[in-house]
Amino acid sequence: MQKEKKTVIETSGITKIYSMGGTEVHALAGVDFQVDDGEFVAIIGASGSGKSTLMNIVGCLDYPSKGTYILDGVEVNKLERNALADIRNQKIGFIFQGFNLLARTSALENVELPLLYDRSGNKYNLKKRAREALEIVGLGDRADHHPNELSGGQQQRVAIARALVTDPSLLLADEPTGNLDSKTSVEVFGLFQELNAKGITIVVVTHERDVIHYVKRVVELKDGLLIRDELQTPRSAAEDLERIIAAEIDAENAAENTVVGADESAENLAEDVDEDVTVEIVKETPGGSTQDINELAV
Amino acid sequence: MTASRLLVVATKSILKNKMRTLLTMLGIIIGVGAVIIMVAIGQGAQSRIAEQIQNLGTNMIVITAGTSSSGGVSRGSGSYNRLRVRDAELIAQESILLSGVTPVVTTFTQAVGGTGNWRTLINGVGVDYEYIRALTMFDGSFFNQRDVRQMKKVAVLGWTVAENLFPDGDGVGQQIRLRNVPFTIIGVLNPKGQTASGTDQDDQILAPYTTVQTRLRGRSFISQILVNTSNPNDIPAAEEEIAVLMRESHGLAAWEEDDFTVRNQTELAEAAQGTTEVMTLLLAAIASISLLVGGIGIMNIMLVSVTERTKEIGIRMAVGARGSDVLTQFLIESIVMSVFGGALGVLLGFGGSTLLSRFMGWGTEVAPDIVAIAIIFSAAVGIFFGFYPARKAAALNPIDALRYE
Repeated sequence: MQKEKKTVIETSGITKIYSMGGTEVHALAGVDFQVDDGEFVAIIGASGSGKSTLMNIVGCLDYPSKGTYILDGVEVNKLERNALADIRNQKIGFIFQGFNLLARTSALENVELPLLYDRSGNKYNLKKRAREALEIVGLGDRADHHPNELSGGQQQRVAIARALVTDPSLLLADEPTGNLDSKTSVEVFGLFQELNAKGITIVVVTHERDVIHYVKRVVELKDGLLIRDELQTPRSAAEDLERIIAAEIDAENAAENTVVGADESAENLAEDVDEDVTVEIVKETPGGSTQDINELAV
Repeated sequence: MTASRLLVVATKSILKNKMRTLLTMLGIIIGVGAVIIMVAIGQGAQSRIAEQIQNLGTNMIVITAGTSSSGGVSRGSGSYNRLRVRDAELIAQESILLSGVTPVVTTFTQAVGGTGNWRTLINGVGVDYEYIRALTMFDGSFFNQRDVRQMKKVAVLGWTVAENLFPDGDGVGQQIRLRNVPFTIIGVLNPKGQTASGTDQDDQILAPYTTVQTRLRGRSFISQILVNTSNPNDIPAAEEEIAVLMRESHGLAAWEEDDFTVRNQTELAEAAQGTTEVMTLLLAAIASISLLVGGIGIMNIMLVSVTERTKEIGIRMAVGARGSDVLTQFLIESIVMSVFGGALGVLLGFGGSTLLSRFMGWGTEVAPDIVAIAIIFSAAVGIFFGFYPARKAAALNPIDALRYE
């Protein structure tokens, strides 16, 4: 791995067995998995490979059936419910595919939520801290907006602010870009890279191959077992985003006489960007109309 | 979470769905309002009855003639009348516990004077009668001890008599004739109204018993002796004392039965009070059922709310809420709703009681203790009916709650 660093996550022999209608399903069949401080890991795998199950156990939302899980030196699988709740509150920031924001509640109040359950006894200004977290994700001016007044990307950024507000050492994201268009996905990963550069350990579960170029390490699960674990040099999401925006402006200019290309894979996208081919990288997605993108770019 | 934060979270959550909150509270509002109005009516009736009994005279004991029987056949109450003025005088002299004693000599006659004539009850009484029956003077004064001793021909008119004979209200100082004997009117009583059984207490003329006995009646037996004690607790002892004195006065041997009857007002008062208490209790019980139904309404909504907000509970747990945090939040939501509903119900109760007494003429009394009880009870309803849904919410598994759609 990298330098000699503190281990944040260490699982050994983790299994998770669900019994469904009498038959036992092994969602995880003994996973040994380790994450050091400062890493940025993507867990990939087909659906049903057990990656979300692993994520839930790592996120202290669920118990393993067997095996040990040590988080920051604490053997988490032996803790009771309340202790787990406190760990989720203090050490882990969780980001979900569906954002999971409270409806009819302002962005600021959503971000405040984890602080309401803070039992650490530290004294601080709740509102101020929540506002700072919103500023980190670039939504300082949307604090009073309700989720239904925000775009998907903005909602996910509110969720990231909520995950960050307690200053966790570990950020877990379960399909964070699953509901977002490709450009917003790149934005979100850009934010993750920024946060990772500040020293926050990040683990992302995803099945989108487009975005795994932005992480430092890729782990693949299949049928509840770890089958691949590779380090890689990440691409810069920020640079990609710049190129995408530039491409969009060009595409708009050329819109009269050029047909926008169909769905392109991320690999193509990457190559295309390098070769400065601009038009084809714009992916057709529901939320990704050119007007929307321009609005966001401004 | 601190208590104040919990309260803020719960209140915000309640306010997010105003219509549902209002409908939930409606059950409690109506329940508490109904309890307060019903009890107010009951207590209004109770205090009116208490007032009427008070009107008869407090701590009063009545001594009447006993019964006689011949050959095993009872002749009924008063059939063996040996009650005399000297019995009353003996009791007055010897008694320690009694604060007032008066013989009562009654007769019916036509009173002539003023604008016409009026058949009424003449009560020959002693000076203590004014105090025992708690009489108050509208005009003039009551007769005194000397009037009694000297058998003065003076009379005090009841309100009804005064109204009929002297409609202009100038009766005092004038004369009336009772069986051709002229009496000087020295006072008019304030009205006392009817007794519970409908007798007009103001249709009477009071005169010294000595005068009535010698001038109007001519018999030495008297109808009753009224006495009272200054303290209601003394009544049982006083009754025994009277019995002893009466037996002594009548010279009864140990084997002979009492030839008199001693009764007191408290028995009557207690019976009447008991009836209205049962009434009040009945009304309150009926009203409590609506409060119970209101409580079930709260439980219903809270249960629906837990299901509807499973995702929210999951989110809260995912960011670090403990089961106890979720439990308290739901419990406080339910308590806030029921207490607030209870407070609105108290207002409704006050308003309703005021309207009832104003437009229906029913005496109502909103007792402060029933208001306190209603509010405490509605909080209890909130806790009781909120606990089950809250516990259900708290027991959710975070991962299941999050996945819930």
